[in-house]
Amino acid sequence: MAALSLAASSAIRRRLLLPPRLQAARAMATSLFGHIEPAPKDPILGVTEAFLADPSPDKVNVGVVRAALLSSPLLSSPLFFSPAIAAGAYRDDNGQPVVLDCVREAERRIAGNLNMEYLPMGGSMKMIEESLKLAYGEDSEFIKDKRIAAVQALSGTGACRLFADFQKRFLPDSQIYIPSPTWSNHHNIWRDANVPQKIFTYYHPESRGLDFAGLMNDIKNAPDGSFFLLHACAHNPTGVDPTEEQWREISHQFKVKKHFPFFDMAYQGFASGDPERDAKAIRIFLEDGHQIGCAQSYAKNMGLYGQRAGCLSILCEDEMQAVAVKSQLQQIARPMYSNPPVHGALVVSIILNDPELKSLWLKEVKGMADRIIGVRTALKENLEKLGSPLSWEHITNQIGMFCYSGMTPEQVDRLTNEYHIYMTRNGRISMAGVTTGNVAYLANAIHDVTKPN
Amino acid sequence: MAQEPSADRRLSTLARHLLPSSPRRTAAAAEAEDIAAGTLESSPTMASQGSSVFAALAQAPEDPILGVTVAYNKDPSPVKVNLGVGAYRTEEGKPLVLNVVRRAEQILLNNPSRVKEYLPITGLAEFNKLSAKLIFGADSPAIHENRVATVQCLSGTGSLRVGGEFLARHYHERTIYIPQPTWGNHPKVFTLSGLTVKSYRYYDPATRGLDFKGLLEDLSSAPSGSIILLHACAHNPTGVDPTIDEWEQIRKLMRSKSLLPFFDSAYQGFASGSLDKDTQSVRMFVADGGELLMAQSYAKNMGLYGERVGALSIVCGSADVAVRVESQLKLVIRPMYSNPPLHGASIVATILRNSEMFNEWTLELKAMADRIISMRQQLFDALKSRGTPGDWSHIIKQIGMFTFTGLNSEQVAFMRQEYHIYMTSDGRISMAGLSARTVPHLADAIHAAVTQLK
Repeated sequence: MAALSLAASSAIRRRLLLPPRLQAARAMATSLFGHIEPAPKDPILGVTEAFLADPSPDKVNVGVVRAALLSSPLLSSPLFFSPAIAAGAYRDDNGQPVVLDCVREAERRIAGNLNMEYLPMGGSMKMIEESLKLAYGEDSEFIKDKRIAAVQALSGTGACRLFADFQKRFLPDSQIYIPSPTWSNHHNIWRDANVPQKIFTYYHPESRGLDFAGLMNDIKNAPDGSFFLLHACAHNPTGVDPTEEQWREISHQFKVKKHFPFFDMAYQGFASGDPERDAKAIRIFLEDGHQIGCAQSYAKNMGLYGQRAGCLSILCEDEMQAVAVKSQLQQIARPMYSNPPVHGALVVSIILNDPELKSLWLKEVKGMADRIIGVRTALKENLEKLGSPLSWEHITNQIGMFCYSGMTPEQVDRLTNEYHIYMTRNGRISMAGVTTGNVAYLANAIHDVTKPN
Repeated sequence: MAQEPSADRRLSTLARHLLPSSPRRTAAAAEAEDIAAGTLESSPTMASQGSSVFAALAQAPEDPILGVTVAYNKDPSPVKVNLGVGAYRTEEGKPLVLNVVRRAEQILLNNPSRVKEYLPITGLAEFNKLSAKLIFGADSPAIHENRVATVQCLSGTGSLRVGGEFLARHYHERTIYIPQPTWGNHPKVFTLSGLTVKSYRYYDPATRGLDFKGLLEDLSSAPSGSIILLHACAHNPTGVDPTIDEWEQIRKLMRSKSLLPFFDSAYQGFASGSLDKDTQSVRMFVADGGELLMAQSYAKNMGLYGERVGALSIVCGSADVAVRVESQLKLVIRPMYSNPPLHGASIVATILRNSEMFNEWTLELKAMADRIISMRQQLFDALKSRGTPGDWSHIIKQIGMFTFTGLNSEQVAFMRQEYHIYMTSDGRISMAGLSARTVPHLADAIHAAVTQLK
């Protein structure tokens, strides 16, 4: 990846700062905060800025952009990829954001009827119960035995952060193994929690697939009892997931090494269209007897993005321990935000508790997943039709919101400069930005910059 | 600290899985057999092992404030009264959603083009601007000069935490002074932010008022540049606020020592009934051109409690500094929860941007404040008519949602046991939890506690 990690660029900036004495003098002269450096620009948002500055009517954004820029006047361009493809926000075939019907109905039931009292520190019990069923299985023995410590969290980010802080507090000597690559904010979360990070092999650039041998090697070489961050499905940013067989091998090796698996599940239902199928990795680990941690998010699969609805769960050895662990998680939440936001929790629990609404949700989630799978197929077929000699199998092998195209930064630059197509320089395409209306244009451009000379 | 699970307990855990009545051979049972057979080494994360990486973890103590409501809910008594958490209740003892909030909800609901996308890391921009205007005044020079960096946060708690983390990273002093006493969550918020927490004298139990002399002494002896937490109005838990003259003296002293003010405003409009009057202390500090932090909450004054709506504003020396400060605030927020929740901020913005709705809000807010003031008077009168020993004038002198009764923890426990009255053990009662119907019961309980226990 071309972009420096935030940690690295911050470290460089710190070395360039004035010595403390001069810092203090400057600060007192102008402001108590006069010495503060501007934070490094987000490498993904920089794509947006370039995109917005481009006057071409043909421009296309398959990068990652902030919702705040939706107000751009350039929305009228026919081949315009909505700039608000924020960190994996779904778009329909017209490039428009979507509010699910089941969500609209839930909100109709809330407005005017329910109050806004504080939730308990651990959040909405109803929402938690339904979330556990989704992740662990409707009939999970662990739910029956009350062995899962679970709290409502601020979407996936908040769930990961609570776990990282919890890990630091109760296992201060532990570290976290994070796949390479991963969602960039994972690094920030465990860094701010002061938990040391290590990388484990994941993506295989040559095949645009999984480096399974490298992955297993890193699992074996890590010290016994290491903590691992695993993407449950639809790996972000590569879209590369282990097969079921591979997950079983990973799980077995985890048992041998006594590793702790922490699953980040941000796309359940969104990857294959079937929530049960997307939770397969977790279920394999549970069958094998692991005690897992799990972060769940409703940002994408229920389209609740800005409502910040999620759940953190930790499987414990018995009910008593689950009670203790939950109480400690609450102690971390209380000095951070006291109690979690109620609105998103109400939406989730209304939908999942009502069989008709739940069934509607399942249909809508499948619809979103199917559209993405559809444009993956279309993009690959278009490239093949254009006669590209390269293999584009990975477009349909990969799963979820993102596709790691395998294009080089130079090829990406050409896409931008010659075709006004914007994406991050690691070649990641947000499939949500692809529509039946622009897939041909995109394929043509990709073919042009990647064909051998 | 919990001990490692005993061998007996492990055995019984295994036994449960291996009993003949259990039809399927669970993974745990299979594992146990493999371990026994020596073909599989036991691991802490295995179900059968009966030992987890978190096995030594002890249960956390109940939160002292939220724990009151938990206990209250368990109590079957028909005469129970909850005077714990500071959430407003109507005369009928019911939670209240303001009419103007309901209207805002409908407006949002009926707007079909409204989406639920991620907010920016700093939150809803319009909400931020309107919040800054609300607290600092629309004509504030700091706002006009673009010197205010405002970020949406999760209510007051979230604003305090983000501000604390920011200071721990970027400010040259790492100590914050908090008033004695203060809201129970303050010390934890700042400690976890990475600051050292010290206290300054504030409440005088003898007068049940402000220990102004002690306050000035303690601020004078604080090292230059230290951070000072100030309750903008309606001090929680005491209800004791400095007068305007006392605020001016505090301001002068603080500026002379470069002490950095960190205001917590959780009750704007609730204290006096007037939004502007309740921010006089803050605006004095802004008017002198100096810098400060401000944590702002809409939990009580807009009744948005569980929606978690608030804002952190940092008034900076220049517009350039404000831009850089905002960029650094984003780095605190992103690894915490990425971006703040949308719903509550949308409601606030809907109300604040519309002058008619804003006016309706001020009327509903004044009605809540007036009811609380009336409860104060009724309780005071009830104690007077019972001839309850002691000076109870502090009940009508103190301001805001809470009264620091001066009752000790034995008296508090007595009132809980005998009269089913629930309050925090420091003797703080939420006036919002009272009604004309329950005042006599409370007065009886106080009378009994004060005369029977000392």
